[in-house]
Amino acid sequence: MAKITFVEHNGTEHVVEAKAGLTVMEAAVKNNVPGIDADCGGACACATCHVYVGEAWVGKLDKPSAMEESMLDFAENVEPNSRLSCQIKMSDALDGIVVTLPESQH
Amino acid sequence: MSDQEAMDPQTRVVILGAGHGGGSVAAFLRQYGFVGPITLVGEEPLPPYQRPPLSKAWLKGEATAESLALKPLEFYAENNIDLRLGVHAVAIDRASKTVAVSEGDPIAYDVLVLAMGARARRLTIPGADLKGVMELRTAADAEKLKTALGVGKTLAVVGGGYVGLEAAASAISLNAKAVIIEREHRVLARVACEQLSSFFQAYHAARGVTFELSAGVEAFVGDQGQVTGVKLADGRTIACDAALVGVGAIPNDEIAKAAGLECNNGVVVDLAARTSDPAIFAVGDLTQRPMPLYSRSVRLESVPNALEQAKAVACAVTGRPLPPPEVPWFWSDQFDLKLQIAGMPFDADEILIRGDPDTAKFAVFHLKQGCIQAVEAVNAAPEFMAGKQLVASQKPVARDKLVDMSISMKQVAV
Repeated sequence: MAKITFVEHNGTEHVVEAKAGLTVMEAAVKNNVPGIDADCGGACACATCHVYVGEAWVGKLDKPSAMEESMLDFAENVEPNSRLSCQIKMSDALDGIVVTLPESQH
Repeated sequence: MSDQEAMDPQTRVVILGAGHGGGSVAAFLRQYGFVGPITLVGEEPLPPYQRPPLSKAWLKGEATAESLALKPLEFYAENNIDLRLGVHAVAIDRASKTVAVSEGDPIAYDVLVLAMGARARRLTIPGADLKGVMELRTAADAEKLKTALGVGKTLAVVGGGYVGLEAAASAISLNAKAVIIEREHRVLARVACEQLSSFFQAYHAARGVTFELSAGVEAFVGDQGQVTGVKLADGRTIACDAALVGVGAIPNDEIAKAAGLECNNGVVVDLAARTSDPAIFAVGDLTQRPMPLYSRSVRLESVPNALEQAKAVACAVTGRPLPPPEVPWFWSDQFDLKLQIAGMPFDADEILIRGDPDTAKFAVFHLKQGCIQAVEAVNAAPEFMAGKQLVASQKPVARDKLVDMSISMKQVAV
């Protein structure tokens, strides 16, 4: 199990435990974390699971695929540390990861 | 209902239908701080789960019951949601505000949410009840289909819509054979333009799917109760080991009609998902909903639509302002193709294609007086995302830029 901290736009924190192999999006949805709607359920089709990855963790993630990059390109309020959380698979190496949620997902 | 009434901790919310829509209403209510009792009544034995993967990842063995589930089972108990599975609503009594159910006492509500979805349209032809004639709406349906799709088996798909095409693609991935039988002269006839239809047909054909177009289906034929073929109107019989019927869905609006709620190909709702009875809401495939962007009402069968309405209900019940209306969108995965559609091509007077269909990376734009009404994007995420924004803004686009691949969609959209 690895720990993920979700920080809502208003600062509210949600700490959840995720099994290795689960995506950050799945961990959020299964724990009913507000702000990650994940309309498409992880098909990388909608950009409604956009998160900002904490500085310390950005370098530990695999690079985004071309598909993810083009989806992010058109998401709102994109920052250099923006990722789609459905494309981040949890592993022990990511234990403790902190992600912040944007103000809105559309 | 006033905000004060809405947040009354005694407000009892009863949700009929525990699919993606019903389950999401319960989850959003809790996210938005609603503390009253919630009862979620579902006919299927499973807690709410995602249906889109049933014809894709699930058939190919790439999804599990756990990954399909909207929430883990313990979520419902932890959040004080009384989940009643294997139970269906029999009648709504609006005068006493109770719902009669197939098992147990009638359930009293202050707010009722209808989320019974739609069911597969069935063919009333001889042999339709043979073993191996299937439909695909539920996890149980998908499990049956998966079992029938062994190596070398032949799946006959009646109906060339999205479900049919996705199931055919999954069958091919499992080294089974697939033949699509369609009444119209092209696949996706009701839901996509000619250009997209011919692209998908050619892509499937190149990967081994065969097609019978403009073909009427007379009967299913069988041997000892098991389907062995589909008899066409021209007299030929297409041999198969299983037949999947995917010819559309009809809304489960019977109890709403019987209760006197306004219905018209689905339960009629407003933008807040409220029905003609202010204490009753309806969400998802079941509803006939307004679509202000196109100045008309539509019945949509899509997850984003169900989620948008689920949020609207949760906002109305908790006294939050309604979020702005969304552009309807859809997606489909077939082989290595990702199709993303935003908007609906109502009243379009022009079709423009960006990119080359031969490269399996292109987008079809439907315009009305120079504004994008809809975009159908194949492996073309920028076109989908920018197109969706342009559908929302209804800003006129420069046609020459739109079809010029050397100009990025970012530049087209500014």
